[in-house]
Amino acid sequence: MAEIQLNSLAHSYSKTPSGPEDYAIRQMSHVWHKGGAYALLGPSGCGKSTMLNIISGLLAPSEGEVLFDNVKVNELSPKDRNIAQVFQFPVIYDSMTVYDNLAFPLRNAGMPKAKIQAKVDEIAAILELGEVLHNKAKNLTADEKQKVSMGRGLVRDDVSAILFDEPLTVIDPQLKWKLRRKLKQIHEQFNITMVYVTHDQLEASTFADKIAVMYEGQIVQFGTPRELFERPNHTFVGYFIGSPGMNLIDVERVSGGVRFDDFTVALSQVQQRATEHSPSQNLKIGIRPEFLHVSNQPSDDTFKCKVKDVEDLGTYKIVSLQLGSQAILARVDEDHEIAGDTVYVGFPPQWLKLYIDEFLVEEQDA
Amino acid sequence: MTMSKRKGFGITVYILFVLAPIYWLLNMSFKTNQEILSSLTLWPETFTLANYATIFTDPSWYSGYINSMIYVSINVVITLVVALPAAYAFSRYKFVGDKHLFFWLLSNRMAPPAVFLLPFFQLYSSIGLFDTHIAVALAHCLFNVPLAVWILEGFISGVPREYDEMAYIDGYSFPKFFIKIFIPMIRSGIGVTAFFAFMFSWVELLLARTLTSVDAQPIGAIMTRTVGASGIDWGVLSAAGVLTIIPGLLVIWFVRNHVATGFALGRV
Amino acid sequence: MNKVTNNKAWWLVLPVFILVAFSALIPLMTVVNYSVQDIFGPNNAYFVGTDWFREVLRDDRLQDSLIRQFVFSGAVLLIQIPLGIGVALMMPTSGKKASLCLILLAIPLLIPWNVVGTIWQIFGRGDIGLFGWGLNELGMDYNYTASTADAWATVLLMDVWHWTPLVALLCYSGLRAIPEAFYQAAEIDRASKWAVFRYIQLPRLKSVLVIAVLLRFMDSFMIYTEPFVLTGGGPGSSTTFLSQTLTTMAIGQFDIGRAAAFSLIYFLIVLLVSWLFFTAITHLDKQK
Repeated sequence: MAEIQLNSLAHSYSKTPSGPEDYAIRQMSHVWHKGGAYALLGPSGCGKSTMLNIISGLLAPSEGEVLFDNVKVNELSPKDRNIAQVFQFPVIYDSMTVYDNLAFPLRNAGMPKAKIQAKVDEIAAILELGEVLHNKAKNLTADEKQKVSMGRGLVRDDVSAILFDEPLTVIDPQLKWKLRRKLKQIHEQFNITMVYVTHDQLEASTFADKIAVMYEGQIVQFGTPRELFERPNHTFVGYFIGSPGMNLIDVERVSGGVRFDDFTVALSQVQQRATEHSPSQNLKIGIRPEFLHVSNQPSDDTFKCKVKDVEDLGTYKIVSLQLGSQAILARVDEDHEIAGDTVYVGFPPQWLKLYIDEFLVEEQDA
Repeated sequence: MTMSKRKGFGITVYILFVLAPIYWLLNMSFKTNQEILSSLTLWPETFTLANYATIFTDPSWYSGYINSMIYVSINVVITLVVALPAAYAFSRYKFVGDKHLFFWLLSNRMAPPAVFLLPFFQLYSSIGLFDTHIAVALAHCLFNVPLAVWILEGFISGVPREYDEMAYIDGYSFPKFFIKIFIPMIRSGIGVTAFFAFMFSWVELLLARTLTSVDAQPIGAIMTRTVGASGIDWGVLSAAGVLTIIPGLLVIWFVRNHVATGFALGRV
Repeated sequence: MNKVTNNKAWWLVLPVFILVAFSALIPLMTVVNYSVQDIFGPNNAYFVGTDWFREVLRDDRLQDSLIRQFVFSGAVLLIQIPLGIGVALMMPTSGKKASLCLILLAIPLLIPWNVVGTIWQIFGRGDIGLFGWGLNELGMDYNYTASTADAWATVLLMDVWHWTPLVALLCYSGLRAIPEAFYQAAEIDRASKWAVFRYIQLPRLKSVLVIAVLLRFMDSFMIYTEPFVLTGGGPGSSTTFLSQTLTTMAIGQFDIGRAAAFSLIYFLIVLLVSWLFFTAITHLDKQK
């Protein structure tokens, strides 16, 4: 078990990168603490797998350093880093039995036979592979193969960390849920540092204590699922987390707040000061559909909207609204009646976020 | 990184082993017989093209190359034309006797050419094909066609049959589908098959020599005449040998990009 | 893949059938016909039943060359298969260097067999050949035309030179078909180089190795031209293999009945051994 530290890490697959777009990982630093269960969340192509391969040592970063417990490991192979990694698609040694597959990493480390047997039996029981333990791995179903693949990582309880690269992609939904629970259970039992790469926010939040959201080669936010939801650090986090994502509106500064179309929105003092101090023209306000205040009656600080569509999703409704030239979404309870085609929406100040150059303006001055 | 250095060293040594005898042949082909016989020199000290001139100015010499090229080309064409539809049939359909037929075809690849020498000689003589290019080309089909059917069957089985069905739905007739869509799809397989057909036909001498006497005599048979009363004309023999390597080199050059994947013959 | 039953597919196979029937079946029938007759001239033949077969099976000359043939093919497989795998493992995996290696390796495969014999005939000579001269300079008494051991070593070396590239190229393309993920997983699982070879590369090379073993067995068992040019089967008959014995019998001595019986036995041996190899290798896999 180890603390994994990434210092000014950057990676490009091109030998002569000419600009930031050539980088799969743009310069960043990050720490994965000892014994944590983390998720690395982001869209495809954001550099998640690259980062994982750099941590495990399959890939040497073009810049920066990787530290395990403050020791630089850039030059070490995965073997010497003692790290386990589970890949997106099952990799099994098909000439071996399931048992031999699970025992393989232990045998390679020269573990005594009896101990291997105990360890393999334990993991096989957890993953419910007992029945097929002595079958050839070649004839397993896709689910079972992936379980074997994961099992090879999990049998090693002395590892620095276990990395999962979207391990449940090929697993059917029911089993997915079960396996995620198992991973969590294994984490609690052995307290191993785990990093779990996924593009599914639900998967990330059920597995991890803390989620790192990655976008264009950088970690844009690292926090609990609640933090990501309530205070997205970056417009991308706002948009990517939540269903539907955050409403983001391009605005320009006016005295006392910001304006879009004919609407002026008041800002907090901190936010206002930030707009005044920044030369940037890239200003956005953001508010989550859940936090919009929707009512049938006008009141102070509300804006009149046209109702375009109401989608009833059982426990809640998604209301599509037209506010001036902006299309925004609101999420309301299922018993919230939307009468007629006009509503009035308010932006509760505590949930109204301001983004300058896509990054959040923090409420408290730091 | 010492591992990759060791590998680099190993493969270099092996390639030197491959090239050394060929270099020696090349070296001798540029020497005079005097130099060859008087002392061993690592490169030609009196460089001469006379040995090559002998071959290129004498029709009875260079016609051997032309003969070989002709029957090899005919063989490659016949092999591909008959093997393609057959391989398609074996890959896509079940039919009466398919397995037996396939095995029987393959068993012919296992027939020692020496077994067929005499019957071939009699067969082609009796139908008036003795000493013709077509006779050699047909004889070489004995081992090339089974191999081609087998290689192509592997490649064709790698193409999902949905493509076939899609083409039928789009209203293609079978011949049109086969030529316009299917053949381009397995072109690397065809390339590799042609490579093998060329290879086994180009290098074979036993049958080619037996079935020809003058008009279609292959270069390999002509080379034996460098042995004269006064001994062997080493220089000309070497030059003739070097010239037989060149067509092969050209063929490898053409298929080089298919070799890495194609050599697995669609069976990995 | 589920195949559709369709007897019209015979039309697609027909050209191949006719062609191979013409060039294999008719000659084979001729051979069978000869093998049961004693022929003195046109219209002067006697039916002799299985006499020729019995005689051939008792013939010392044939037994000797059969044993020689098995030793040779066995040695060929034992050397070329491991060496070919080794060469494939050492080859660069991509780029210009890989292409160059492929081209250079393939050269011996495309040299006419008699020229292969010629190349080694020259290369091995003590007076004008680099190899023979080099060995003599090193103080070895090497002469492939006089010493049986030297002749055997040269014929084997020539065959290794000639055919190992085929095994190497087959294995090379087999190796290229292994997804990178397997190597990554093995690295993560702390597998040694040997374990990677034993549990990942070798199992995935199996299908190409079947091809390599079969092709090398068949072709080495039918070898004729190269040793004929190199040693002429000598010294004595020490490098006379089956095809040469047969050719001498059929064309040199025109002993047709005996040659025909011998041919059939020869063919059957190749078929039988190929079949044995094939089933042995495929069965090995089904076990466990």
